[in-house]
Amino acid sequence: MYVATKGGERAIDAAHQWLAEERRGDPSAPELTIVQIREQMALAVNRVMAEGSLYDRDLAALAIKQARGDLIEAIFLIRAYRTTLPRFGASQPVDTDAMALSRRISATFKDAPGGQVLGPTFDYTHRLLDFTLMAEGEAPQAARKPADPAPAPHILQLLDRDGLMEPLPASDETPPDLTREPLEMPADRPLRLQALARGDEGFVLSMAYSTQRGYGRTHAFVGELRIGTCAVDMEIPELGFAIEIGEIELTECETVNQFTGSKTEPPQFTRGYGLVMGQSERKAISMSLVDRALRWAELGEDDMGAPAQDAEFVLYHCDNIQATGFLEHIKLPHYVDFQSELELIRKLRRDAGAETCKEAAE
Amino acid sequence: MSEAAYNFAYLDEATKRMIRRALLKGLAIPGYQVPFASREMPMPYGWGTGGVQVTAACLTPEDCLKVIDQGADDTTNAVSIRKFFERTAGVATSEHTAAASVIQTRHRIPEQALTERQILVYQVPIPEPLRFLEPRESETRKMHALEEYGLMHVKLYEDIARHGAIATSYAYPVRVEGRYVMDPSPIPKFDNPKLGGMAAIQLFGAGREQRIYAVPPYTRVVSLDFEDHPFEASKAAHDCDLCGAAHSYLDEVITDDKGGRMFVCSDTDFCAMRRAEGHVGRLSPKGAAA
Repeated sequence: MYVATKGGERAIDAAHQWLAEERRGDPSAPELTIVQIREQMALAVNRVMAEGSLYDRDLAALAIKQARGDLIEAIFLIRAYRTTLPRFGASQPVDTDAMALSRRISATFKDAPGGQVLGPTFDYTHRLLDFTLMAEGEAPQAARKPADPAPAPHILQLLDRDGLMEPLPASDETPPDLTREPLEMPADRPLRLQALARGDEGFVLSMAYSTQRGYGRTHAFVGELRIGTCAVDMEIPELGFAIEIGEIELTECETVNQFTGSKTEPPQFTRGYGLVMGQSERKAISMSLVDRALRWAELGEDDMGAPAQDAEFVLYHCDNIQATGFLEHIKLPHYVDFQSELELIRKLRRDAGAETCKEAAE
Repeated sequence: MSEAAYNFAYLDEATKRMIRRALLKGLAIPGYQVPFASREMPMPYGWGTGGVQVTAACLTPEDCLKVIDQGADDTTNAVSIRKFFERTAGVATSEHTAAASVIQTRHRIPEQALTERQILVYQVPIPEPLRFLEPRESETRKMHALEEYGLMHVKLYEDIARHGAIATSYAYPVRVEGRYVMDPSPIPKFDNPKLGGMAAIQLFGAGREQRIYAVPPYTRVVSLDFEDHPFEASKAAHDCDLCGAAHSYLDEVITDDKGGRMFVCSDTDFCAMRRAEGHVGRLSPKGAAA
């Protein structure tokens, strides 16, 4: 006998308790601390900060702990928290020229003022499991060297001086804010970059990869990739001048793309740009490739119909919080709709059956 | 979550004002999709964030809220959303349709007629009725602006040519006040006739897609059809097995693995009310009418 399903509330509470228990895992193993996650899972923390659009390492670490290591779930926690925060104002644009570099490489020049700095990178490591990490107590120390006092100007500026780079007109216009206004098409470049900066790393990576494989191909050179900390300055109305309110770690990538010229533009190098919070270079490089691919119209290139050239396609699908929410909502009950589909299918089959019988009789 | 840390009904007042402006614009242009800066909510996109934001913007401390999903108050997501507002707004809640001043719904319109003092808030997954005919937002906005709905009629015609009937059973498109073609959200087409001339305000919120639209009270809402293939609101050809209702939308419940099934009202409050009034169905326990 059917009894109307009651007790949804009790089931939810019990499920949440079970989840909390699973999150903790075997209680005989020491519990992870936020500091441990922040310090030793730093790249996961970076990704959560970047896609959560909130620069706070401790909160990102907390979100990762609470989400049992599910980074998209952690990003969601951060986004939901971020949206409740009051806004005091906007900082001045960060000056990445003045970045305190921990990594800076160029694939286009062997050397440049400021030099190449490899920094803490996985590049050139052999991907062999290091079983010594299974033992505890390691605290490796790297060799130290004072920072190079010489300035490290952006490498693309050097090409710019020769007139080989497309000019980049400076603008003081306030960029649109994706988190305060609905995304509407056509989206200009600042809006596109903003969406990509918080877009899903995997999605942006695959889009960038598709351009490399020929879907909207624009061969990119990494003109410069730099990682380091930048001061954040903000003008305080009561003071009437800007003061430094903190510093953030950023990854910036500028790509150089060959461009043979169009009706309006002479042959020159064009730019792709990526800027991501934290050390997140896969994302920054991907972003700059996708940025460049999306610029086809303004540069007078052909629309090849490639996914990465389609701003509507890229921007409406790059947000993993929107994507995962909508994808997973199909777990919710749909039995009212399914019931109406059942009736429709039964009716269509009945009608089709009647037709067949009629034909057979004739 | 420490409730004291959040504003009444979770959203800050500036956000509520932004949403209310979108709602007023929506009411002024019935059926038109108003873009709004949807916020991230503490529940996932696709789980009613649009409806939750609209409800949050409408609630006052004196309101009484009812939340239904699939017509039922006790489905998990309805429970979760009701709990959210109990915690963040502290408003009274009820499972009784008549007692509620704001009703948030997913996939159904209550059986009991609503009144002028009620607001019905729909959760909307895809607000654009033309989306599955044209994936580009830039195109569909143009089509609405130019009242270019030929594509939709061609789709319905092709259904008839192929299947002998219009093969849309839910989220059946409607035309509002002779102007905008609107997605009524994925309600079964059985509910479509209730959309028109309704005394209550109908508000539609799509959080992920950042759209709000509305149908003011007593507005003309017509389901798209053809003269020779008129719209037909359909339901299972049964009566409710618990309350005997002949004209309510029914859920089909599989009762065993031998093909046994029963039909019950999807609107649980409606069904409970009828049973309390003494109505019985085919499978009512003997002596249940009390």
